[in-house]
Amino acid sequence: MSDLRDLYQEVILDHSKNPRNFGHIDPANREAKGHNPLCGDQLRIWVLMEDGRIRDVSFEGRGCAISMASASMMTDMLKGRTEAEAEEIFNRFHAVVTGEQDIGDDATEDADGGLGKLRALAGVRDYPMRVKCATLAWHALKAALENKGESTVVTE
Amino acid sequence: MTATDSLPRTAGVYDVERVRADFPILAEKVRGKRLAFLDSAASAQKPRAVIESIAHTYTREYANVHRGVHYLSERATVAYVAVRGKVQRLINAAREDEIIFTGGTTDGINLVAQAYGRTALKSGDEVLITEMEHHSNIVPWQMLRDEKGIVLRVAPIHDDGSLDMDAFQALLTEKTRLVAVTQVSNALGTVTPIRDICRLAHAVGAKVLVDGAQGIPHIATDVQDMGADFYVFSGHKLYGPTGTGVLYGRAELLDAMPPWRGGGDMIRSVTFEHTEYAPLPHKFEAGTPNIAGVIGMGAGIDWFTALDRDGLDAHEADILAYGTARLAEVPGLRLVGTAPEKVAVMSFVLDYAHPHDIGTILDQEGVAVRTGHHCAQPVMQHYDIAATVRPSIGAYSTREDIEQLVAGLGKVREMFG
Repeated sequence: MSDLRDLYQEVILDHSKNPRNFGHIDPANREAKGHNPLCGDQLRIWVLMEDGRIRDVSFEGRGCAISMASASMMTDMLKGRTEAEAEEIFNRFHAVVTGEQDIGDDATEDADGGLGKLRALAGVRDYPMRVKCATLAWHALKAALENKGESTVVTE
Repeated sequence: MTATDSLPRTAGVYDVERVRADFPILAEKVRGKRLAFLDSAASAQKPRAVIESIAHTYTREYANVHRGVHYLSERATVAYVAVRGKVQRLINAAREDEIIFTGGTTDGINLVAQAYGRTALKSGDEVLITEMEHHSNIVPWQMLRDEKGIVLRVAPIHDDGSLDMDAFQALLTEKTRLVAVTQVSNALGTVTPIRDICRLAHAVGAKVLVDGAQGIPHIATDVQDMGADFYVFSGHKLYGPTGTGVLYGRAELLDAMPPWRGGGDMIRSVTFEHTEYAPLPHKFEAGTPNIAGVIGMGAGIDWFTALDRDGLDAHEADILAYGTARLAEVPGLRLVGTAPEKVAVMSFVLDYAHPHDIGTILDQEGVAVRTGHHCAQPVMQHYDIAATVRPSIGAYSTREDIEQLVAGLGKVREMFG
């Protein structure tokens, strides 16, 4: 099971079983839905933007351990960040989970581009069919930030 | 039927190991493990006869069909047209020209929706489907609804996955012009009472299209006995190549239908003023067909019909019953679809793990299952779930496959339970 433990690390199982920032924050001034047509998973994202920063962010939905953990860890990480910072983290994250960028197993904080806990999801790169699970929340967040309203994102 | 007609063609017992030996892929190791292929409802694996048929066509007998006078064209044409008779015998169609080759089930349903639906149905006419249809038997009718103003009615299912026949009969009225219904649910395995459905539909003057994609690999099918006006299926679920399929239609209906696609091979004569269409079946087969694919589908049908049918049915029933019983013992597992009449499919959910995570872990154990909504989202909505795990069986499935699945679910419990 060692391979699978790379994918399902303890931190991922923890976030999937006990998702942080789960629920509908009020007030929120951005929101979007994310939908993965491959598996039918859906989630919603709410964001409170203030002075160009993500003051608060939350999500609701149901999905696999990977998509729930990714959403939970994403919301944890993005509070207080600017839109540009959020996008930068997404781009780094995307490169890592798709295997475009290899951060190695013992990357320092600098080398992983500030991904922090999100590095735990790097194991997804070995499971191409699951990359969409890991990026679902991020696509929804991007839609929320860009459209400043409600939108549906399809990760295909 | 004489007494000898009902005797199995091969003696006595169904030998699953001999069947398995026909499938080279079953000997493959997957992630270092024995392959337990439990995804035949998505697409069946191919016996050597089909693989060799395709290679043979391209190696020895390939050219375009119905065109050249040369040797290869003649050989390819002979092999190609022979498949129509094989399909006719497989489903007991009255006439060979009632067999139209298509790209698959989806293609066949769209052909009926477009060629039949657009001319025979008018605004206000009702098409009755069921809640358990695959998207391919929903969306073409929605497209027709949006274009022609027909009304789409949906007969609900009971919680065990069987069709609610009282509701079905209540929805079936003189306004119903077409009933489009599956023979077997791909997500639930439910076998619909298709003969009753045809009889009831005909009593109100409606025609019936039967989606046989999941039915034909598991149920001996006689379209005349069933009463189907149209019957569609895919070659690839019947151990044949992808990109092949069949539309059966009663000749009287097919004759009255306009062609769907225009092009070569479907005409008798063409001038710029007027085109005269070819007779059945060519009217519906424009363009160069999937020659090697159709011949390969024929090889698959030959392979399939050479099996001892009673033995096959008994074997699949045994594996389904065994699998259902073994899965029922797994803690936290709920079967989705428990209709009394069921074949081949054991959809389930676990209360502590998502189908995609289950699928990934099973895959590491060499177990191939489909996870997701199975292109039947209304079924998922009925049960208020997003997805299921769907093990499905075929002629080559064994109790060992089931044991490997159950052992894999033990790994899932270690991780998530």
